[in-house]
Amino acid sequence: MQLGEVQGILEAKILWEPFDLHLEIEMVEAADLMSDVLDHSRGGELLITGLVNSQVIWTAEMADLKAIVFVRGKRPDGETIALAKTKGIPLLATKLFMYEACARLWMRGLTGSSGTIG
Amino acid sequence: MENRVLEWNYEIEGRDFRNAGKISSKVKEILKELGFDPPFVRRVAIASYEAEMNIVCHAEKGMLHFTVSPGELRIVVRDKGPGIPDIELAMQEGYSTAPPEIREMGFGAGMGLPNIKKNVTILNIVSTVGEGTVVEMIITTPFQ
Repeated sequence: MQLGEVQGILEAKILWEPFDLHLEIEMVEAADLMSDVLDHSRGGELLITGLVNSQVIWTAEMADLKAIVFVRGKRPDGETIALAKTKGIPLLATKLFMYEACARLWMRGLTGSSGTIG
Repeated sequence: MENRVLEWNYEIEGRDFRNAGKISSKVKEILKELGFDPPFVRRVAIASYEAEMNIVCHAEKGMLHFTVSPGELRIVVRDKGPGIPDIELAMQEGYSTAPPEIREMGFGAGMGLPNIKKNVTILNIVSTVGEGTVVEMIITTPFQ
């Protein structure tokens, strides 16, 4: 699924431009604990999180995550968005809660990084 | 790779959460430029980042010394801080002394040292309470 489709499904706003909405997303990880992301992700995932500080961006860089969706209507500050832009990490923001965001993407065929569903 | 040792030194500021990750990002860039495989680079970056976060979260300041030599990488992180009273306990997943503000950053859940251990070949920790901690990570490099 392309990132642009994820944006539509989650009714999400784009937080910086331009980035590639054709970016292919194959797996999703959802967490607020960045150590969990570092431990469990495989690289290449879309991260869904309610955490909005710069550690999310640094974590995404270290773990080779493809893009980030912030849930529950939360937005990172300008400096954090600028950091993501420097790193080339696309950012989206949705008003959906984490569970609902995950469920919508799963119903449309996106799997999790552990491979137990999908 | 050439048969020589490359080395870098970086300072890490305690409590500078905004930049916590900057040094590991540099380590990652260096490894990419040297041509290591992405999964290997990712593994080293994660270990380095957890070690960097430990300094930012717990210490006043620290240094990261990074060397690349034929067959292995070595990252030594040395801090001036409170030290670890019981290293065996600190190695257990879920054990944490981190205050709430660090948990709000998405860390401090007692996974830092276990996460480092999973990503390196050898992990050595020496700590003196009231003085500081030295974390040495050795990672055997894949064939280039």
